Amino acid sequence: MQLPDAEILFKDLAKKIKNDCDKNVALIGIHTGGVWLAERLHQELEITQPLGTLDVSFYRDDFEKIGLHSEVKRSNIPFEIEGAHIILVDDVLNTGRTIRAAINELFDYGRPAKISLATLVDRGGRELPITAQYTGIELTLPADKILVLKREKSGKLSLDLYDKNLPE
Amino acid sequence: MINRNPQLDENGMLQHLLTTEGLPTSILLHILDTAESFVGVTERDVKKIPLLRGKSIFNLFFEPSTRTRTTFEIAAKRLSADVINLNIAVSAQSKGETLLDTVDNLSAMNADMFVVRHSQSGAAHLIANHVRSDVHVINAGDGSHAHPTQALLDMFTIRHYKKDFRNLSVAIIGDILHSRVARSQIHALTTLGVPEVRVIAPKTLLPKMVERLGVHVYHDMTKGLKNIDVLMMLRLQNERMQGANLPSAEEYFKYYGLTSEKLSLARRNAIVMHPGPMNRGVEIDSAVADGKQSVILPQVTFGIAVRMAVMSILAGNQV
Repeated sequence: MQLPDAEILFKDLAKKIKNDCDKNVALIGIHTGGVWLAERLHQELEITQPLGTLDVSFYRDDFEKIGLHSEVKRSNIPFEIEGAHIILVDDVLNTGRTIRAAINELFDYGRPAKISLATLVDRGGRELPITAQYTGIELTLPADKILVLKREKSGKLSLDLYDKNLPE
Repeated sequence: MINRNPQLDENGMLQHLLTTEGLPTSILLHILDTAESFVGVTERDVKKIPLLRGKSIFNLFFEPSTRTRTTFEIAAKRLSADVINLNIAVSAQSKGETLLDTVDNLSAMNADMFVVRHSQSGAAHLIANHVRSDVHVINAGDGSHAHPTQALLDMFTIRHYKKDFRNLSVAIIGDILHSRVARSQIHALTTLGVPEVRVIAPKTLLPKMVERLGVHVYHDMTKGLKNIDVLMMLRLQNERMQGANLPSAEEYFKYYGLTSEKLSLARRNAIVMHPGPMNRGVEIDSAVADGKQSVILPQVTFGIAVRMAVMSILAGNQV
């Protein structure tokens, strides 16, 4: 299946956010793909607030099933959450469970004035009442496929699709 | 029968933490890396995360302890677990109940994890072999055998200040003979690839054939501290001494007590560690304990993150 060019999606996404927000908005990327995306957006949109990063492993709802196996990274919020307008950035929006975990974690840092969500690809399949305010593209994909964002050494972003049952 | 490490399940996942001996490097590093992200949590305004919500963790302390029990309790509470502290000295055991009966009764109260401190070596291992497969056991010190979470927080502290294990010279100084901390430290240091591990102690405070653990033995601080990056002091364990291991605490201080003069023999940026509680003026001078090179209090802080990491990794490794 032909996947869209992530770089073109990125440009579209950046434009949508730019038309809507000023430079005082705060960006928080969700590890790992969301952080790559947020780094690029942070530069492109000339955001004044430092970039935040979030690893939601400690807030996931599948801990009982899968434990803490993958490498957990440290969350880093280098600005005051209280009263901030935050855009959460993730590469792919699917069930919405990651975003639920991210929102819960953010509220342990303070009470933001507003949280929006930006995602490169919205692939549907929601299991929670969560929606993105800024989307690069909406795609319908078979449930047994996993869509991931990749980053080359040059920093170029691309999308990749693989089977759930096969190793990456 | 396959002789596998009793801490690991058949897939090599950590089920109990009983000792650092025989644990693969990957598991030690996974604990240290996970602890790193918990340090971030302990620096926030809200220091609690919901990971172990609904779990019951029993602190079974058959031996007195303040720091270890408290940091385990804080760690469990920050993970949102329910913590039950049992002061066994004044409860069932003093009425004659056996260790395993106590454990069975607490298991019947739906315990998910036991943190065990006991004066007998092997007590935590005995409990780990006895409990249901979904119950996890952490050894918080057994006799003179092992104290793995102390060793892990020491490794975390070393990595924090020295970044890389593979170019370090580390000296463990003092009462090696009675020290479960020293044994766990030696296994962790050698597994993590520290090329030079020394023990410095009088002959009467060294176990027989300690060289077999992969350490170099020194009886003289002047020689032993040369080119050392990390000094790990041990407490002189008066309560475990039987008979005449030492002439006197004063004489011990003269030869093995860490003073500023002796510390100056190590590398200039060497760090000084101590697992606590300290005997000031016996194994360490106040000027050193409170000095610039001391990282004794950061050790305590890091201990919380490391214990959070161990608890959450164990709880997540369900069969």
